[in-house]
Amino acid sequence: MTKHHIQTTLNGDEIDVLVEPTQSLLDVLRDELHMTGTKEGCATGDCGACSVTIDGNLVCSCLVLGVEAGGRNIETIEGMADGDQLHPLQEKFIEHVALQCGICTPGLLIAAKHLLEENPDPTEEEVRYGLAGNLCRCTGYQKVVEAVLDAAQVMQK
Amino acid sequence: MGMKPSPYATKIPYEEKDNKVVGGRPNPADRSDAIDKVTGRARYAADYNLPGQLIGKVLRSPHAHAIIKSIDTSEAEKLPGVKAVVTRDDFPDMEVEHAASGELMVNFRDVTRNMMAREKALYDGHPVAAVAALSESIAKEAMKLIKVDYEVLPHVIDVRDAMKDDAPLLHEELFTKGAGIEPDPSKKSNIATRMESRLGDIEEGFKQADFIVEHESNTKAAHQGYIEPQASVANFTEGGTIEVYTGTQGHHVFRAQLAKLLKMDISKIKVVPAELGGGFGGKNNVYLEPLAAQLSRMANRPVKMVMTRDEVFRATGPTSGTNCKVRMGCTRDGRITAAQAELNYQAGAFPGSSLPLASITVFTRYDLENVLVVGHDVVCNRPKVAAYRAPGAPMIAFAVETAIDDLARQCGMDPIDFRLKNAAKQGTQTHFGPPLGQIGYIETLEAAKASPHMNEPLGPNQGRGIASGFWFTIGNDTSATINISEDGTASLIFGTVDVTGGMRSAFAMIVAEELGIPFEKVRTQVGDTSALGFNFMTAGSRGTAAGSMAVVKATRDAIHRACEIAARKWEVETDQVVWENGHARPASANVGDFEPLSLAQLCREATWFGGTIAGHAEINVAMGGPGFGTHLVDVDVDRQTGLVKVLRYSIFQDAGKAVYPAFIEGQFQGGAVQGIGMALNEEYIYSDKGTMENPGFLDYRVPVASDVPMINTHIVEVPNPDHPYGVRGIGEVPIIPPLAAISNAIHDAVGVRLLDHPMSPPKVLKALDEAAPAEAAE
Repeated sequence: MTKHHIQTTLNGDEIDVLVEPTQSLLDVLRDELHMTGTKEGCATGDCGACSVTIDGNLVCSCLVLGVEAGGRNIETIEGMADGDQLHPLQEKFIEHVALQCGICTPGLLIAAKHLLEENPDPTEEEVRYGLAGNLCRCTGYQKVVEAVLDAAQVMQK
Repeated sequence: MGMKPSPYATKIPYEEKDNKVVGGRPNPADRSDAIDKVTGRARYAADYNLPGQLIGKVLRSPHAHAIIKSIDTSEAEKLPGVKAVVTRDDFPDMEVEHAASGELMVNFRDVTRNMMAREKALYDGHPVAAVAALSESIAKEAMKLIKVDYEVLPHVIDVRDAMKDDAPLLHEELFTKGAGIEPDPSKKSNIATRMESRLGDIEEGFKQADFIVEHESNTKAAHQGYIEPQASVANFTEGGTIEVYTGTQGHHVFRAQLAKLLKMDISKIKVVPAELGGGFGGKNNVYLEPLAAQLSRMANRPVKMVMTRDEVFRATGPTSGTNCKVRMGCTRDGRITAAQAELNYQAGAFPGSSLPLASITVFTRYDLENVLVVGHDVVCNRPKVAAYRAPGAPMIAFAVETAIDDLARQCGMDPIDFRLKNAAKQGTQTHFGPPLGQIGYIETLEAAKASPHMNEPLGPNQGRGIASGFWFTIGNDTSATINISEDGTASLIFGTVDVTGGMRSAFAMIVAEELGIPFEKVRTQVGDTSALGFNFMTAGSRGTAAGSMAVVKATRDAIHRACEIAARKWEVETDQVVWENGHARPASANVGDFEPLSLAQLCREATWFGGTIAGHAEINVAMGGPGFGTHLVDVDVDRQTGLVKVLRYSIFQDAGKAVYPAFIEGQFQGGAVQGIGMALNEEYIYSDKGTMENPGFLDYRVPVASDVPMINTHIVEVPNPDHPYGVRGIGEVPIIPPLAAISNAIHDAVGVRLLDHPMSPPKVLKALDEAAPAEAAE
């Protein structure tokens, strides 16, 4: 299968990568760029474990072709902390024990960050609906929701 | 389980004391797993890549039941980039041999047939071949070139259909075994086992009853729904050793199984447990590991295999679908006189459902004189079931706890008071074996009764339900090693896979407590199979409960070594030195006037005084510390759509003593939400061809954040008397009550009794229609 040369921006770094025309952005991130923080839970856009942002839009990277990523600005979990300074959401997820097995955590964090950019002071219901595209099977969501609400308060200060 | 309790099993009596770290709230950022999980650094099985690795894929049967007449792989093997193809011919057949694998038993004859079909394909998704190639796209192309000649046979999906005399038979050599059954070689059957247990005189019990309630419930199979699909990387070397990186709840058990399936020495296999992306019992079984290993052996290169979500649903274990019949009687004043149950459990394609476990939970919350429990383990053309969090218990609790609700109503009693009147306590004789020890069931009921939840107002079409659950805590082989570093910090290696991070945290707290050093000075990690002696799986709620016994013993072993160093320095006997607040001190003034020595000071002296400080434990932990929980739920029933919305939810559960309460709350909440999902949405749906129609998260709908409310948790603490910190297993009980509690709440809201799972809108509407046709027609 002939590969395509893609140039794109990933977490602020300009990168080059060769991708198969049928490869999803998720597979390109994980298999070609070895950025394995973004997870595959279903590859059909149902679980949100592969959430990333492209030009600030929240997407399931399993539903985007790698070739579509050319010339875009992609942000993944690996770009969330600022050096050794965790993002407030990352801190609050830890503080509230909002992660157990952790497989859904990168996707939830990306989705939550996007949610708070759109709505800096959400209600509990808005958080629940805002994160309804991200499945978590361990926590029952409660501590996740509490962490996001708490992070929103901290981030507004 | 299937094991007799050993007289050599380890128990350590509960030590009542004020803890500094255990039971508190250490800085969660010092959790050994936390930072890696929020930054994407944590490495799950699919995140491992080895140099030169190939990608493996599995070809699966599209038929529910078919004879595999031939498999022709020649065209696939010729495709450029294909490095190995395996079928049934590449694995040795195996004799009947049983072994414990998690909470369920496995039979190697069936394990080898489940990982790769031999004579027949027995379910949609059953592996028939596997390919290793340079890329996933080549592997997929190769699968299209494999020619399988099937002779399709009639299939059977439903447990009741499979039990009929004229049902299509899955196994030619299967004859019903078990209680009250003489195996009849002329009578082949899909019923693999009949179980029976009794207490008292059931007929006499029903004669004493003023009220009798009969419930028949039916539940569909539900999947564990872990978000991480199964993944494995195997690397077979020319020297005949193999390393396997995989997602597992028990790497030592997997290693032993691989050794059998591949006919290798156990010590030539190393299994590295990756960070586990959820298991809930579903990762107690090998699926990809032996295939990746054999492909690697044939291709002489590492092979990586990752399942798709479709494969996870079609071919890895869901829990049993069931048919349960319950008959219970009580006196006018609310004393249960007789309790009878029949449990018919799907095993999937091979015998061995969760029936043996489910059958010991049936009435084990109540102090009963007359009990009869009968069960059937039934094969059908579905994936072989796997454990799923309190395997089998939610389904029978659905029938029993709803019957309890109806009995209470007939007596005119409050459902909590009815349960209190019949509640099991220390000394209660169980129907399956030993009497219960010190337990906290009554305390959970009293906590529920006293909770503010009981005073919340309910509107029209809203109702409140209650239900309780019981699960045991298994012990089994457990190992741990603690190494004290030169600076006095501690590094713990343990062997029960940590599914949530909770074990790493709880064990660090216990080590900190024992050693008298801060939580952040203890790092904890799961060791691979080369690091420790055999460890049984993380199953049966044993992880923290059993694992911490080994941790305590290993840490005390290290403390003894530290005291020995102090004794040598002070030129006294080791038993004249005690360990207090992180220091070795003279046991009394008579020993001498010596400055206490800290762990760090002792480490600096260790070389001269005999060598480094470390501690070990290799023990078989005794089974014990059963857990009980009670749930309260309020629901709203939409009469127009049949939608049931959970408004309010509260959990009261005995955790023994909580080591890290925030994690216990998380287990309670997570387990309850799985139960809510199972109650309201989740089910396997099959076509008339016996193929699964909803093998994806869009159509197999697990709860999302907006489906559930905040869940109140109340940790009841009745210590486990056989554990130094009083710990009980807590992970499984929370999934048991929700099915019944929600059915009871629906009944309270709209007066209809749902016993068909899931209680989805069409079922609720149908029940409402049947109850009041005129009203529903408006």
